[in-house]
Amino acid sequence: MNKLILSTAALALTAGFAMADTVRLGTEGAYPPYNFIDDSGEVAGFEREVGDEVCARAELDCEWVTNEWDSIIPNLVSGNYDVIIAGMSITDERDEVIDFTQNYTQPDPSGYLAASADADIEGGVLAAQTGTIQAAFIASSGATLVEFATPEETISAVKNGEADAVLADDAYLRPIASEDDALLMLEKTELLGGGVGLGVRESDGELKAKLDAAIQSMKDDGSLNELLAKWEIGPGF
Amino acid sequence: MSCLQTIQDYGLRAVGYGERLLPKEDFTLCEQFTLIGSGMIWNVYFGVLALILGFFFANALAMAKGSRHLMLRKPAEWFIFVFRGSPLFVQFFFGYFLFLSLKQVYPIFTPFTAAWLGALVVLFLNTAAYSAEIFYGALRSIPKGDVESADAYGFSGWPRFRKIVWPTMLRLAWPAYTNEAIFLFHASALVFFSGFPSWQQRGDALYYANYFADKTFNPFVPYPIFAGYFIILTLIIVSIFGLVNRRLNRHLPQEARRKMKLKMNVIR
Amino acid sequence: MFSFCTDPDVLGQFQWLSCYLTTGKHMSLYVSVVVVLVLLAITAPTALLFGFGGAVAARSRIPPVRWFGKSYIAIVRGVPDIAFFLFFVIALDQAFEWMRHKVLCPDWTDPIRQGNDFVVCQAAKLPLSSSPQWVHETYGFFVAVLTFAIVFGAFAGNILFGAMRAVPRPQLETAEAYGLSRRQTFWRILVPQMWVFALPGLSNLWMVLIKATPLLFLLGVEDIVYWARELGGTKTSRFTDYPHGDWRMYYFAGLLVFYLIFTRISEIFLERLMQRLTRGQATTGGEAQRKAAA
Repeated sequence: MNKLILSTAALALTAGFAMADTVRLGTEGAYPPYNFIDDSGEVAGFEREVGDEVCARAELDCEWVTNEWDSIIPNLVSGNYDVIIAGMSITDERDEVIDFTQNYTQPDPSGYLAASADADIEGGVLAAQTGTIQAAFIASSGATLVEFATPEETISAVKNGEADAVLADDAYLRPIASEDDALLMLEKTELLGGGVGLGVRESDGELKAKLDAAIQSMKDDGSLNELLAKWEIGPGF
Repeated sequence: MSCLQTIQDYGLRAVGYGERLLPKEDFTLCEQFTLIGSGMIWNVYFGVLALILGFFFANALAMAKGSRHLMLRKPAEWFIFVFRGSPLFVQFFFGYFLFLSLKQVYPIFTPFTAAWLGALVVLFLNTAAYSAEIFYGALRSIPKGDVESADAYGFSGWPRFRKIVWPTMLRLAWPAYTNEAIFLFHASALVFFSGFPSWQQRGDALYYANYFADKTFNPFVPYPIFAGYFIILTLIIVSIFGLVNRRLNRHLPQEARRKMKLKMNVIR
Repeated sequence: MFSFCTDPDVLGQFQWLSCYLTTGKHMSLYVSVVVVLVLLAITAPTALLFGFGGAVAARSRIPPVRWFGKSYIAIVRGVPDIAFFLFFVIALDQAFEWMRHKVLCPDWTDPIRQGNDFVVCQAAKLPLSSSPQWVHETYGFFVAVLTFAIVFGAFAGNILFGAMRAVPRPQLETAEAYGLSRRQTFWRILVPQMWVFALPGLSNLWMVLIKATPLLFLLGVEDIVYWARELGGTKTSRFTDYPHGDWRMYYFAGLLVFYLIFTRISEIFLERLMQRLTRGQATTGGEAQRKAAA
């Protein structure tokens, strides 16, 4: 549920306008570059900047909260926050339960991170985080799936030889591969989810329309592309 | 698909038989009951084996802790303190980490990084420590008169221990030990949740409950099913332990038996 | 924190470490230690209260109350605590909001459950969506306390129920003979005497409670294990000024030491309390104390 005290950057921007609504943004805070907790203990990353900008444009007074990934949708529909902004790919199953705004990233392919270039991703052992779309993908492929509770553990599984490769979002794996000489990205990628969108309750049509409009205006004037390039998240629009 | 078919497909899914792929959409109640129930196989496996193996080790530990020899007493005291003093969460973490490092040096440790053996070892050590403390407490509260009468009847050494001290200890410790058993089965739910990776979507009941909660986005169905299974399991444990308790106390008059049961309500 | 921390890359080892350990993120870790301790301090008496209520209900002469007390103790005890933590908080939160909704917005016509959504009127929101973040956090904290208290209250109830029956019968019979009413006997004889029988079980429960705190993150309270995992994980230089490899080992070792020390302190304290409670009791322990003093 609700946790961190986070500054409301949007507050200063909207102060000039009439009484703005408080909108609570729920994120995970453990998935760089999308969202993570920075050194000072605040939510940071691509989505922090997008979220603050969207709130400013939609004239909303926004507040950031972090929530465990597993219960992020149940807590939204139960009303503990109003928007999910957590690198959540738009999928049909999720769309049945909540509504998504238009996507603010292009579909990000999933990449393989391995210890050697000739890792067997067809029939070998592939690691993924429990409950992700990547885990579901491996389960239905020919490879042996091994699931770990956190993304951190999937990486160490490759390093210590428990798994041949990790399948996860490309943007998440790349910074790790670039810093660790023992790990490298494979050529092959898988196009799994759709783009990432903001999740809102199905009964919150008004809020969804506001957020949609704000994202559209960010797409139109190119500011979204700047952010995508800055955080190296897939191609621009 | 009929429910019987689902049971055939997924009843043994947790141990790797039946359908390879888990259901993906249109989840039925039957599927949830079947798969979560199938996961219970692992909870029972961990619980039963850790309990039986732990029982023997716990007896040895309790004797060591009650020993007059420093060399025996100190290690036992520390072992019990460390395992009783730290969360299972942390123990699983260190267990997995240790087995991984050992595996790199000695290939014989390879199976230990899998939950079926590695987690079992951790649970075994954990329950041994808790049970040892219970047994040790019981050992100290054996009525002095019992031991004195044994002496008077000419018992000494091993026969005295086996015929008098040990059975009395067990009898005194049993209610608390029952609680420990319940806790151990509950603790087995943490294996895949935090400690060990699950291979090819073979996991315990909580793993599957989590899977359904994750896919249906509705925690109010799978977790209560999971809870229901555990209530049944707990009832079974309590009745089995109750039978043993009756046997342990069969020499006592009816009235004293009832009192015995109520007294030492020490839980883990 | 320190003035020399502006460029961590050029610092010596000791200075680097002192900067690293005082980042805002580490402060959150230290705060979480306090949060966990405060939570334990509030939960323990609350759970005891729940347990006492449960035990009294289970002893009641009115059958429905007795059934309620007994099933509360039996059901909650039979379920792994983790199962409760996974869905109970949301259920509790919804229950509160539903009740407030019924009272505060009687002329609301829309259904509360719209498909998957749980929608109550603005005034019924808990906490109000306009309230500041600290109110939300405090609310979350108390829901966590309540959940812990309900779960551990069942265990405490079981122990107290046993302890009440362990008080020697003659004590109660004597009270009756002196003309004390049932209520008086309960409050003046039974309750003061039951603690010595309950304490071993309650001490154990306290130890279990300490070790259940790693599950707090499921309840939305960021506890020390959560932060240890978060801080210990590999950090790349793009997202932090203090990149490092997989340091979870060290953080968990720290946790281990923390829990062991905490357990040891608790043991010493509880042992003293037991000595104190045994004084003047009609038990072998009390008898031994009396003899030693004489």
